[in-house]
Amino acid sequence: MALGACGTSGPGSGGSATYWYLSGQPQEGVRTGTVDRFNKANPDSKINPTTFQNDAYKTKIKTAIGAGQAPTLIWGWGGGTLATYVKAGKVEDLTSWFDQNSAVKDKLFPSSFGAATIDGKIYAMPCETVQPIVLYYNKRVFDRLKVEPPQSWDEIMALVPKFNAAGIAPFSLGGQSRWTNMMWLEFLFDRMGGPDVFQAVFDGEKDAWSNPIAIQALTKVQDLVKADGFIKGFSSITADSNADQALLYTDKAAMMLHGSWSYGIQQADGGDFVSSDALGYMNFPPIEGGKGDETDTVGNPAQYLSISSKATKEQKDIAKKFLAKGVLDDEEVKQWIGTGGVPVLKGTQDLLAKDKNADFLKFTYDVASNAKVFAQSWDQALSPTAAETLLDNIVKLFQLSISPQQFADNMNAVIGQ
Amino acid sequence: MTEPTNRPQRRGQYGILPWLAAPALLVFIGFAIIPVFGVLALSFTTWDGLGEIHLTGLDSWRAVLTDPGLPHAVWITFLVVATSWAVQTPLSILLGTFLSGYQRYRGLLAIVYFIPLLLSSAAIAIAYKALLDPNFGLGAGLGVKFLSQDWLGRPVLAFSLVVFVVSWQFIPLHTLIYQGGVRQIPQSMYEAAQLDGAGRVRQFFSITLPQLKYTIITSSTLMVVGSLTFFDLIFVLTEGGPGDATRVLALDMYKRGFQANLMGPASVIAVFLVLLGLVLALLLRRLGGDASESQIEGA
Repeated sequence: MALGACGTSGPGSGGSATYWYLSGQPQEGVRTGTVDRFNKANPDSKINPTTFQNDAYKTKIKTAIGAGQAPTLIWGWGGGTLATYVKAGKVEDLTSWFDQNSAVKDKLFPSSFGAATIDGKIYAMPCETVQPIVLYYNKRVFDRLKVEPPQSWDEIMALVPKFNAAGIAPFSLGGQSRWTNMMWLEFLFDRMGGPDVFQAVFDGEKDAWSNPIAIQALTKVQDLVKADGFIKGFSSITADSNADQALLYTDKAAMMLHGSWSYGIQQADGGDFVSSDALGYMNFPPIEGGKGDETDTVGNPAQYLSISSKATKEQKDIAKKFLAKGVLDDEEVKQWIGTGGVPVLKGTQDLLAKDKNADFLKFTYDVASNAKVFAQSWDQALSPTAAETLLDNIVKLFQLSISPQQFADNMNAVIGQ
Repeated sequence: MTEPTNRPQRRGQYGILPWLAAPALLVFIGFAIIPVFGVLALSFTTWDGLGEIHLTGLDSWRAVLTDPGLPHAVWITFLVVATSWAVQTPLSILLGTFLSGYQRYRGLLAIVYFIPLLLSSAAIAIAYKALLDPNFGLGAGLGVKFLSQDWLGRPVLAFSLVVFVVSWQFIPLHTLIYQGGVRQIPQSMYEAAQLDGAGRVRQFFSITLPQLKYTIITSSTLMVVGSLTFFDLIFVLTEGGPGDATRVLALDMYKRGFQANLMGPASVIAVFLVLLGLVLALLLRRLGGDASESQIEGA
């Protein structure tokens, strides 16, 4: 625990609030830009930013909060992790602040508040972009094999042997990163049984994973693994290195299930892959006999900003001013759109339509706003304890080292934790 | 016999020596002894690293000891310790003996061999990961089929790879230790053996190896205790995967504590590791026999 105390930026001194967020372009530039503009406009109440790498940040922020060294503004993904902060009394209740500043609340997507709300109270402000998971495909290899994008699960299974015969992996997958595999289960559960199947797990119902629909979905994903649906050696590939993205734009793989942020990566790294209109995208197709709504989606409904309850009154005031005036100002909105992201702000359709990526942005906006249910990624929704067990077992499921039944048994053991 | 004259001198030595050791002792107590007791105390609690710490007696111990993942992690840790020792020791002894010669090209080689030790574990792991990527790594780049394996995706391959990279990184250190050890063996013993007509191989087994006894024990202690707590390289290279094929105890502890927010059970594993390390170090010391025994006479 001494680690946290070694940090250089503890509770900031006097007239400035601290703010930690993720490094990595292009997102880091947008975040820094917002802070810079805020500081310029408010020379008396400045925000001191510090950046961290994604995985390092997840550990660092937890340790810092536990040691009472949290920054004033806590950036995060909401859901289960936010709930642990709330339970420990480490973040401010913003419900009454949102009541007083209803204009701030009303301009944001209503669906984005779900992961910020714990026991009916709001503990974070949704910010940045909405990130549904999208099924991407490579139009070049689909044209070469003269096949059409899949409209159902059976069509996916029918495409698998065709691509394998042509020496192209049907699906790219960065399997070492674990959450990449999880996205498959999220869609299979929803398309087959609707949102209730996972909701039961989330609500802590006993033996919720043993639901027959859950077992069927787990079996389906193993069927896909057994049919060589994923690239050979997917367990050795990490998403952090973007090797899974590269497989798609180098024509080594035909399809990939990934977050909407993948579009920006394909555009930046893929040469003319995006500009030549070779990247196709669609929502996950329905499954024969499934009960789920095909407009449903899953992913990150937003990113979230909370205020540390340990900050001074002065720091909290600066932070609230930042939430009201700084976050998602006109310039930030423009910049997010420039990176291929859709801000969690209502009424940006006109701005989106003017951008060079208008088609993809409209697609993302429609998926996010038309979804009957926009579920939060499981590993973010669950508590860190349950999420860790989930990710470990998902890897074993994809390795075929445990059966769907064993998966359900292992997961039932940590329900409600 | 000459005690009166010796006394003042002695008292002077003992007078300063403890004070010289004091800074090191303070650091050791502050950063090693106190945290060990802190961890021991935490192992009897439930804490998510954020909220209040609750005393829950033996709950954490029960949770860890009944977890089916624990015997597996212990077994994997043992395998890593045993195989990396078995790979590193013979190679280090041979390289160390070879480099103990005073020829100039050997001096040059010694410097080259030393390079892996200068790199950080994280850098080594990232480099190997990139080289072994099945689609964009060395195998795909050079068109060598053998190198395009699913290195990190198959349990046996991933485990072997971990042992290989660990050995690659640490053989230089142990080579250096053995080089020093071999150079301390009196040249006269080899000369005598030569007069008796013993060849190089005979000299190695009858003089070099027995004379290296204490060096072997030192080097083995470093290896065994070091690989017991091996973490950084495995964390970056495989994250304990695929599945839990390379999930050693140290990694298990980190994942429980900092990823799953279970500080109690993580502390139990930490206590377990401390005890295991102490017992192994003690056993290895015992293997050395009576420490007062002269090395040269032992030949």
